[in-house]
Amino acid sequence: MEQSNDGNLAQVQHVVLVLSGKGGVGKSTITTELALALRHAGKKVGILDVDLCGPSIPRMLSMGRPDVHQCDSGWVPVYTDAQKSLALMSIGFLLEDPDEAVVWRGPKKTALIGQFVSDVAWGELDVLLVDTPPGTSDEHLAVLENLKKHRVDGAVLVTTPQAVSTGDVRREITFCKKTGVPILGIIENMSGFVCPHCSECSNIFSKGGGEELAKLTGSVFLGSVPLDPLLSGSIEEGKDFLQSFPNSATFSAISSISQTLLNSLQTA
Amino acid sequence: FSHLVNSLSNVRHIYSRSQCYFDTWPRAGGGYTTDAKIGGSVKPSSYDIYCPGTTSEQAGKSASCQGCPNQTLCASGATKAPDPAIAEIAEKLSTVKHKILVLSGKGGVGKSTFSAHLAHALASDSTKEVALLDVDICGPSIPRIMGIEGEQVHQSGSGWSPVYVDDNLAVMSIGLLLSSPDDAVIWRGPKKNGMIKQFLRDVDWGDLDYLVVDTPPGTSDEHLSIVQYLSSTHVDGAIIITTPQEVSLQDVRKEIRFCKKVKLPIIGVVENMSGFVCPKCKNTSQIFPPTTGGAEQMCADLNLPLLGKVPLDPRIARSCDEGKSFLSEVPDSPAAEVYRRIVQSIQDYCSNHVTEQQSTT
Repeated sequence: MEQSNDGNLAQVQHVVLVLSGKGGVGKSTITTELALALRHAGKKVGILDVDLCGPSIPRMLSMGRPDVHQCDSGWVPVYTDAQKSLALMSIGFLLEDPDEAVVWRGPKKTALIGQFVSDVAWGELDVLLVDTPPGTSDEHLAVLENLKKHRVDGAVLVTTPQAVSTGDVRREITFCKKTGVPILGIIENMSGFVCPHCSECSNIFSKGGGEELAKLTGSVFLGSVPLDPLLSGSIEEGKDFLQSFPNSATFSAISSISQTLLNSLQTA
Repeated sequence: FSHLVNSLSNVRHIYSRSQCYFDTWPRAGGGYTTDAKIGGSVKPSSYDIYCPGTTSEQAGKSASCQGCPNQTLCASGATKAPDPAIAEIAEKLSTVKHKILVLSGKGGVGKSTFSAHLAHALASDSTKEVALLDVDICGPSIPRIMGIEGEQVHQSGSGWSPVYVDDNLAVMSIGLLLSSPDDAVIWRGPKKNGMIKQFLRDVDWGDLDYLVVDTPPGTSDEHLSIVQYLSSTHVDGAIIITTPQEVSLQDVRKEIRFCKKVKLPIIGVVENMSGFVCPKCKNTSQIFPPTTGGAEQMCADLNLPLLGKVPLDPRIARSCDEGKSFLSEVPDSPAAEVYRRIVQSIQDYCSNHVTEQQSTT
């Protein structure tokens, strides 16, 4: 019975949640880019997408719509590459029709997440990133409840700079405190846009909110990722941004964030 | 009256209890099963992905009920009796002429920004009574966008009084019931549903021309509840908000499926964050590129009206942060112009709708 306690997560070194109270701030984009950055750093990475009503990760990694298979130890995640260095599980793989709406109330979402956490045969992983929907509700509680037996290293919070967004993220911080999830740091996304025509930087969604929030709440500020059409374009087409644009400022922002994150995971 | 007092004190009580978040729903066991076969595909071939609804004939019996912790309860038939609240809500909202839902499968596309500005624009006609209801229970942004953060809901003999931004513009949101901006509403579905029911039944809305309902992203409890609770009233329809990228459209298509499924008419689609005009060189950049043709292509494919495309303008985000109406702050901007046209077509839709209804009755 010992084994079933930790089950399929026994060989997973670190579990990191990607959270935000606000929708559309780039949780899935950041999750995808962090996973790619960690893989570039030679790590084995898994992504668990628990956004059941709006799963975005399969498209961002251009995984298509493969079937999920089952082995003796559970569901086999879908790998992006032959080396099996990046594994993904998402409800996107379980739907017959990609436009199908998953119209589920809480209890059902909770049940599927329970299965996602306990029944996916992740195998050996350095880091498992859990991408979540916005809010502080069923999905979040279900993930934490099901991960209780396993150690969760902590959460990365994603925000955009405006007050409307940091306001929702403050609520997410309260959620982390109440549920005892350590906050590994805050990432500010969509942080200023450099016009490709004249290089003027516009702060479309204001500026500095993430760093301010980190100060206010005594959290680590992991860095800011600029609003970069090359990044949103890569995400759209499911291309590896880090491989395509290694000289961009966005690239260095993302790799420095993933390095800081990795260091904090390894020293913890 | 006493049940209102109780319900409000209950709300406050819930917020102060820090241990409330694990006790509300039975833990899901490992019972969720698909018809997976060892070594085969788990993709459910025939199994219906929908919850049939707790009041349907199929409740607790359909294939999709397998493993749901509520299956036994639903199968027992206890949930099939119609919720008496639905009739109470119909009575309460009988003096509301038009009801508009603002929906999107995707988060952060501008649902709240749009809802707020729609409400402002509708209320700019001082002969119209407008109310804005925020059913985003876990991420209420409306109080800040409307500039009433920190204000409190009061109570009268006829129910909770909404907060008035203007003489003819009322707002209700869970954000107005919280004591601090840091308060997290860590609620599972049933509690969120209860709150939405109270918003519709126990708020003293008065006579209204328009009730605009802002929703959270997704197709889950809040959406099913609002549609269900409004099922005995007439809802004009839904406005669907999207941004131009496929990553957003793929979620929005799901929301459109949801509307079809629950027979909610779609008034039209608004594309937000549609191109950015550099304030310095005036060139346009596609920050969120419409790689699959944007909302325009989707509307053509699904035969839906595209109400307009609102460009990205940093002044919109700033107005929202400051709780001001962008339409009165920068009335001559291209974005404000688009907003006004969209609002006009929504008003036209609503009034045509009434004529149609009257002519059929």
